[in-house]
Amino acid sequence: MGQQPSVDWITFRCVALLWTIRQRSKAHPMTETLAAGTSTGSEAVPAIRLRKLTKVFGDTVAVNGVDLDIRHGEFFSMLGPSGSGKTTVLRLIAGFELPTSGSIELEGKDVTAMAPFQRDVNTVFQDYALFPHMSLVDNVAYGLRVRGMPGKQRRERAREALDRVQLGKFLGRKPAQLSGGQRQRVALARALVVEPKVLLLDEPLGALDLKLRQQMQVELKELQRSLGITFIFVTHDQEEALTMSDRIGVFNNGGIEQIGTAHEIYERPGGIFVANFVGTSNIFDAGQAQAIYGRPDPLCIRPERLRVAWTGEPERRSGTTSRPGTVTSFVYVGHATQVRVQLDGGPAVVALVPEKLPGSDADLVNGPVTVSWDDDAVVWLPAPGT
Amino acid sequence: MRLSRSAKVVLGIITALVLLFIYTPLLLVVVNSFNADRTFGWPPKGFTLDWWVKAFDSPGVREAVVSSLWVAVVSTIISLVLGTLLAISLQRYEFFGRDVINLLVILPIALPGVVTGIALNNMFTTILGVPLSLWTVVIAHATFCMVTVFNNAIARLRRTSAGLEEASADLGAGVFTTFGLVTFPQLRSALLAGGLLAFALSFDEIIVTTFTIGAGETTLPIWILQNLFRPNQAPVVNVVAVVLIVVSIVPIWLAQRLSGDSVRVSGARVKADGR
Repeated sequence: MGQQPSVDWITFRCVALLWTIRQRSKAHPMTETLAAGTSTGSEAVPAIRLRKLTKVFGDTVAVNGVDLDIRHGEFFSMLGPSGSGKTTVLRLIAGFELPTSGSIELEGKDVTAMAPFQRDVNTVFQDYALFPHMSLVDNVAYGLRVRGMPGKQRRERAREALDRVQLGKFLGRKPAQLSGGQRQRVALARALVVEPKVLLLDEPLGALDLKLRQQMQVELKELQRSLGITFIFVTHDQEEALTMSDRIGVFNNGGIEQIGTAHEIYERPGGIFVANFVGTSNIFDAGQAQAIYGRPDPLCIRPERLRVAWTGEPERRSGTTSRPGTVTSFVYVGHATQVRVQLDGGPAVVALVPEKLPGSDADLVNGPVTVSWDDDAVVWLPAPGT
Repeated sequence: MRLSRSAKVVLGIITALVLLFIYTPLLLVVVNSFNADRTFGWPPKGFTLDWWVKAFDSPGVREAVVSSLWVAVVSTIISLVLGTLLAISLQRYEFFGRDVINLLVILPIALPGVVTGIALNNMFTTILGVPLSLWTVVIAHATFCMVTVFNNAIARLRRTSAGLEEASADLGAGVFTTFGLVTFPQLRSALLAGGLLAFALSFDEIIVTTFTIGAGETTLPIWILQNLFRPNQAPVVNVVAVVLIVVSIVPIWLAQRLSGDSVRVSGARVKADGR
């Protein structure tokens, strides 16, 4: 006795663990919301705080020392190409993966080592992950059911939630009988009915067609505003992120390149990666910039800030810069035309010309033009690594 | 591929011959269990239910039926529990030695029964010092019955997304609640099919049983073996054989229907998702 943990002791530990798990899953959502209300009086505590968050899969560093504070009631988008680590960060916050190092706080409470079912965070999955063997009402009531809410009450709440997403008519249907957009709403209702502190959305609009996607973008944004819940939205679609978000974090290679409002990210990109990934950018490398402005840093100008003079006449006004070039091609995009110009001794640039072109494409292509811009449209990009 | 008319005819005839060769002897056993002639003269001179009555009156046969059923039921239950646990651990979790365990689990069904039988016999009698009984038969059967459950369960798990279990955990369900409300309902028909196969496998097993059964005990196949060459028991052996055929075929037929259905259902689901 005493040298080794006895069988009884191990049994006791297991029972104790199971008991804790049961208690947690039985805890009533209402009481948790009340508790959250008292603890979040100060605005200083962020909804989510990530510190030096790192996740390594085998040889791959998926997330590399991410520091991030997400405010209360914020619509925050994590934007980045596939493989940039944004989805892994989301899964770490949800608890599906455990970080290699670093910490995750939810409203000031360290949840780094907690299981998904112990966190007041809910997820809308990319493929929705609706339970195929359950009706819509049972799907939506699931979170309430595992918290021990009586059948009648939870069905009532699920019905209300489905009404809110305009699916009140389909209570008894199975997920397989719904369209993609309808399933998306069920997933949303299922995650929101348990009143999470933070809602995580993993590219939830990716599978929808363009029209429906634009409609859902507006609906999601309105829903978030009316509920006041923190939304963390993962997307690779920069337009989606710009449209919906209060703030955006741009991810690249497992780290965050820039955090800011849509306006800041678009108008003042913090580096070459962000300038290229968010919208279209005309980038002048350090040498080309040196030739124009005498400063050896790369710079970027948005296509809509460039003007094309078809006569080849440079602008003489002060505070503007002009460069001659040759038109190489046109792309008509409806509200404007993208004109590609190869600048003499400079990069190939794209200018967005909203007015009608002074001739047919065949007449203008290969013609000499002058491209001008206001000097305050120039964004200097810090060289990588500084 | 299009087949010519003559190719179709030839293939049809070959198929018919093969099936005939397999099922005629079985049919013969069924007919003979009603044959009035004790020496099975062919064609039968008359039909009788005497052998069936005799079989049901025989305490040896009744005991053997009960033993076989008991062994099959218990080993099926053990297989269901262990097979499901194995399938979940090997399909849903990454751990050291996973591939090795996968192979080791499937191996018993490929191993010759004689080898399994001798090995288990040695282990029970010499190493563990456990007297052979029906329980030792149950354990021996469970080693390979488990594989059918495991195969069915793991195939189903591969087709169902682990995302469902994540969604359940995300909504606040613990490990056991998730299994009960999400994983098990997805597995149910696969487990039924695997369980029925396991039952059929155990019910008519003879080789491993021979090596692991206790001295005073008999299962149905063992009873047949013991009475096969006693001339006055021959008609009753036929009856027992028919019972074995029925009890083995029905679960397999059911299992095939069940897994066929589930394939169709999930196929439709994939189609719906593809829109």
